[in-house]
Amino acid sequence: MHIVVCVKQVPNTTQVRINPETNTLVRDGVESILNPFDENALEMALQLKEKHAGTKVTVLTMGPPQAAEVLKEAVGRGADAVVLLCDRAFAGSDTWATSYALSTAIRKLEPADLVLFGKQAIDGDTAQVGPGVADWLGMPCIAYARKIEIADGRAVVERAFEDGYEKLETPLPCALTVLKEANVPRMASLRGKMAAKKLALQPTTAEAVGADPAKLGLNASPTRVVKIFSPPPKTGGVKWQGEEPAVLAQRLADLLRERKLI
Amino acid sequence: MGLKIDLDLCTGCGACVAVCPFCALAQRAADGKVEVNEACTACGACVDVCPVGALSMEVAEKKADAAALDAFRGLWVFAEQRGGKVQEVAFELLGEGRVLADKLGVELGAVLLGHQVQDCAATLFEHGADKVYVVDHPALAAYTAEPYSEAMSALIRKYKPEVVLAGATSMGRGFIARVAIQVNAGLTADCTELGVDVDQRLLLQTRPAFGGNIMACIVCPDHRPQMATVRPKVFKQPAPTAGRTGQLVAEKLDLKDPVVKVLETVNAMQNEVNVAGAEFIVTGGRGVGGPENFKLLAELAEALGGAAIGASRAAVDAGWISSFHQVGQTGKTVRPKIYIACGVSGQIQHLVGMNSSDTIIAINKDPDAPIFGVADVGIVGDLFQVVPELIQALKK
Repeated sequence: MHIVVCVKQVPNTTQVRINPETNTLVRDGVESILNPFDENALEMALQLKEKHAGTKVTVLTMGPPQAAEVLKEAVGRGADAVVLLCDRAFAGSDTWATSYALSTAIRKLEPADLVLFGKQAIDGDTAQVGPGVADWLGMPCIAYARKIEIADGRAVVERAFEDGYEKLETPLPCALTVLKEANVPRMASLRGKMAAKKLALQPTTAEAVGADPAKLGLNASPTRVVKIFSPPPKTGGVKWQGEEPAVLAQRLADLLRERKLI
Repeated sequence: MGLKIDLDLCTGCGACVAVCPFCALAQRAADGKVEVNEACTACGACVDVCPVGALSMEVAEKKADAAALDAFRGLWVFAEQRGGKVQEVAFELLGEGRVLADKLGVELGAVLLGHQVQDCAATLFEHGADKVYVVDHPALAAYTAEPYSEAMSALIRKYKPEVVLAGATSMGRGFIARVAIQVNAGLTADCTELGVDVDQRLLLQTRPAFGGNIMACIVCPDHRPQMATVRPKVFKQPAPTAGRTGQLVAEKLDLKDPVVKVLETVNAMQNEVNVAGAEFIVTGGRGVGGPENFKLLAELAEALGGAAIGASRAAVDAGWISSFHQVGQTGKTVRPKIYIACGVSGQIQHLVGMNSSDTIIAINKDPDAPIFGVADVGIVGDLFQVVPELIQALKK
C-alpha cells in the first residue's frame, strides 16, 4: 500500500499577537511548525504502515525552501519518502491552485492508495485543499475522518458530523481529511532524527511534475485578497473583583434575573 | 500580477516586512533590501507602508470575458438537509442571501439535494427563497461528497448563478470544495461578513485568518459563480413568512452511483445539548484543571435550566472532553443568549467562535485574562469557589 500525506508548514498562530499601537501582526518569535492537524494525518499513515506490511508512506509539502523542516520532522517520525514541491510559479496560490499543484505532484508518484490531509491548516483554516486535491485526482474524499480500518482493498472510515458520526465504506484509492481526535501523534525517534539529518532534499519544480503553468500561482487563483485589517478592538463590560465569591455569585444571579435572561 | 520591488528605491527600512501578514517579505542578508517569497498573496499591505514608493502591485489586465461573466445571474444558497430536516444554517444563509440578492436585484435560489425531500421546499420559500431547485435522486439519499458535488455542479453549469453560499459544516465543507474545482470557481471559507459591490457585481467576502488575528477581505473578480461558506450561527436566522411561496424547479439528473457507502449513522450527542444551537452555554477552559471538574460545570448548566457544555481548545487538546464540545476557530461558532466562560483565558482563536453571544460572563482567576476584554460581566475569582456559589444562588 502507498499512502501519501500532504502537510503544510504554518506559523504557530497561537503565538501571533496584534500590536495595538500599529495594528499590525507581531510575528517576532513566532515559530514555524508542522500544521497540528497534519500531525494526525501523518500518525494515521504511520499506524496503518505498522498494521499493513509493505506499506510506504510518502509525505508531500508545497512551500518555500524552509518548508523542508516539516519534511525532516516527518522523516523523524517514520516517513519513508518526502517531496518538497517548491517553485516561484506556485507563489500566491489560493486553495484552487494549491490543490491543483499538489495533485500534479501526487500523480508523479507511484499510484497512491490513500491520500491523507489534516482537517485544515491553522493559518488559513479553509479545509478546502484536501477535498480539492481529491477532485483533481478523481478520487472519493471523506472529510473529518476520525478512524480508518483497511481490508481487502476497501476502507471503513468514521466521519464526524456536528452532532455525531457516520461509518462509511469506500473503495481505494481515496482521500481523507483527518481530525485531531483520530490519534495521538508520536514524537520523532532517535533513529528517525538521524535519518532526517542525513536527508538531502532536492526541491521538486512545477516543470518536474508536469504542472500546467496556466493553473499555477496567483494568476490562476480565482480568489484575490483585496484588504487585510485587524479585527476591531474588543471592549469588555464590567469587571467585579476583590469581594467574596458568594457575594459576586449572588450579584450575577440577580443581574441575570433582572435582565430576564433566565 | 504580483508585487514588484524597485531595489534602487528600497532603503532596507524593513517597514514592509513588519506588516506582511503572510511572512512573504524578508530583508536580504547582503544589503538589507527586501525580497518577496512564495507566500505573497498580493494583498497590498506592504505597498501602503513603503515610505519611498519602492513597492508596487502589478495588476494583470482583466482576463475574463465580461459577457461570459454577465451570463451569471442570481444568488443561491445550498439548503443543507439531514434526515429530511433543513439545517438552521440554511435559514441563516437565506436571511443574509435575501439582503444581498435584493441589493443585486436578482432572485434568491435554494438548492435542495436528497431523496424524497420535496417537503422541505415549503419552509425554504417561507425563509425567503424565490426559487427552490430540487434534485431528488436515490444517489443523494445519504450524504456523500461525490454525488452531492456532481449534482451541484450540474445545476451551476445549467442555471449559472453568480453567487453560491453554503454552510461551513461537515457536509458543506466536505463537498463544496469539489464543486469549486469542477466549475472552476473561487471559494472562500468561513466568511464572517458578506457584502456586495453592486457596480462590479462582486461578492465581498470577509473572513478571519491566522487563528482570527487578522481579517481578510476577498473577492473573485474573474470567475463565476463566486462561492463562499459561512459557519452556523454567524448570521441571524430570519423570521419565516408563513404562506410565502415561490417556484419549484425539479431537476432530473442522471447521477453516478455513489462510490462511498454509508453503513451506519451514530448520534453522539443523544443525551447532551449541542453547543452549536444552544441558548445557554457553560464553557470550561484550561482552568477547569481536569475531566472530572466538568461535572461542576454540568451542575451549573443544569441550574440554568439545561445549558450546553462548551470547551476551549486547551481543554479538548488535554483530552478532558470530546471535540464535539469545542468552541472557537477550530471548533464551533456559537451565538447563545448567555455564554459563561469558566477558566477560559480567551485566546483569539476562542473569541472568534463566541464573541457574538448576547451576554458573555467570564470567571477567571487572572485579572488580565483576555476573556475579560469581551465579557459583559467579568468575575475575577477562582471558578471552584464562584461556580458552586452561583449554582446555589441560581437555585434560590
